[in-house]
Amino acid sequence: MTSTQLLTDPPGTAAGGGDPLARLAALPLRSRSRILSRWVPAVVVGALVAAIGWAFVSAPAMNWPVVAQYLFSPRILAGVATTLLFTVLTFALGLLLGIVLEVMRQSGNPVLRVIVDGYIWLFRGTPLLVQLVFWFNLALIFPVIGVRIPALGLTIGGSTNELVTPFLAALIGLVLHTAAYMAEVVRGGFLAVPPGQTDAAKAIGMTSLEAQRLIVIPQAVRVILPPLGNQFIDILKATAIVSVIGGGDLMTIAQQIYGQNYQVIAMLVVASLWYLALVTLATIGQHFLERGLDRSRRRVLKAEAAR
Amino acid sequence: MSAARGSLALRGVRKSYHGTEILRGIDLDVAPGEVVCLIGPSGGGKSTLLRCINQLESLDGGVVAVDGELIGYTAHGGHLTEASDRETSRVRRNLGMVFQQFNLFGHLTAVQNVAIGPVKVLGRRKADAERRARELLASVGLAEHAGKYPSQLSGGQQQRVAIARALAMEPAILLFDEPTSALDPELVGEVLTVMKALAAGGTTMVVVTHEMGFAREVADTVVFMEGGVVVEQGPPAQLFGALRSPRTAAFLRRSGGEAHEAEADEAHGGEAREPEAAAS
Repeated sequence: MTSTQLLTDPPGTAAGGGDPLARLAALPLRSRSRILSRWVPAVVVGALVAAIGWAFVSAPAMNWPVVAQYLFSPRILAGVATTLLFTVLTFALGLLLGIVLEVMRQSGNPVLRVIVDGYIWLFRGTPLLVQLVFWFNLALIFPVIGVRIPALGLTIGGSTNELVTPFLAALIGLVLHTAAYMAEVVRGGFLAVPPGQTDAAKAIGMTSLEAQRLIVIPQAVRVILPPLGNQFIDILKATAIVSVIGGGDLMTIAQQIYGQNYQVIAMLVVASLWYLALVTLATIGQHFLERGLDRSRRRVLKAEAAR
Repeated sequence: MSAARGSLALRGVRKSYHGTEILRGIDLDVAPGEVVCLIGPSGGGKSTLLRCINQLESLDGGVVAVDGELIGYTAHGGHLTEASDRETSRVRRNLGMVFQQFNLFGHLTAVQNVAIGPVKVLGRRKADAERRARELLASVGLAEHAGKYPSQLSGGQQQRVAIARALAMEPAILLFDEPTSALDPELVGEVLTVMKALAAGGTTMVVVTHEMGFAREVADTVVFMEGGVVVEQGPPAQLFGALRSPRTAAFLRRSGGEAHEAEADEAHGGEAREPEAAAS
């Protein structure tokens, strides 16, 4: 259609006269058909996914009765509890150590700074799996660990293999590894608060410590919170790796069970269902936590939207 | 050494960054109630001087005294020692500061921004401090914006909250670091109006500004700084009049500070920083 055709009177509107563009503007608007762009792909992809899904669900190896039998069995529940314990301890201790690392780095002391940079380089530069196996085999380096106080003729300590249980080796590995990432997350939060905030706080007579506590940290926490939530979920899933040293978590238990009854797939489904449930719960918790701590920003956004 | 509240004295103030000397020995006296405007080209050390006065930057040499009391250092047995953070912040309470970028606390409402100093630093009761904060906000024309967050306010409104925040600490001296430079032209006037009222009320003020109209109208003393030194200082009539030094004259021509004299000059094409905004 050429522009001249566009501007000729459509049939039935001959009485209009005047400005042809104004008459076009008055025509009702109808959206284009979406059959090709929306419905065809939906049906094709949907059918494909359903077929693949059914192939898995209906496979004999799935053995759903076994899944149902083990899903809430005491051993699996104990594994779930251990996984949660690993997650919470790793998150809390990793965050604590991460904050300490970041404070050391910000202290302005060049030696501390180099130590922190070295730590992060080492623990981010090696796979978690390698670190875990390393701590598990600590006894090969130090067969005995402890403190000897010669003045009292006293030795506190003992065999490394007895002291560093698989649980402890797994926890040490997870915490040291996580702390390196936590330090980066904390750092990002503090970098996001402009230096002018500290200037302004000092200008009204706050000490450096008060400026940090009352002005910088509350704003940094808002920035850190979403990545912290993601860290928690990452840790929750990463704990499964401790099964390689028999850490006693959900995955360890699932492996032990299928080692005995050979229901490999069914037990992996049991573990997956639990991980999915825990991650979903954590995601919901993260959502509410962010909303609670971020209420002020949401109010601002709402007010701006209302303008 | 004793003086009325609100006096400021600088002697031989020096400051370097990465080997470049920004301040090359500044002497300055500000009497109680005096309004001093610091003018001069960018990079001349005006803002650095202001930050050195309240010790947001440490000095490399010289001293700053507020009402006769050294800030940032203590004199002990024939030498100066760096004061503790707590001691410096105590003296700093006497010096309110207003920043170019406002620097309002983003997680607090306007009234909380104004009240947090009195509550946390002076130990006032929260209810009293917030009542006083609302009064101060009303005095800068923001009574109905007390509950808003900085991101909900315009630049001019934010800067007025920042002035109220500084006033809440009842400082003897107010420092202004280019308070209108980050504002849209139509918002400059509302901030200058508040500052003029403060000047008329007898507050000691040190103002780094590019608003030549404001300097000419409000300042008791205008200080022209260039290259880290005070080139010339005196009443506005001197610096904006015929008695000024050639360097001051050259700067004022460049900055478009005097339209009525610039017409005879080839420097007329230089960018004007809306000097009329203040004079209106």
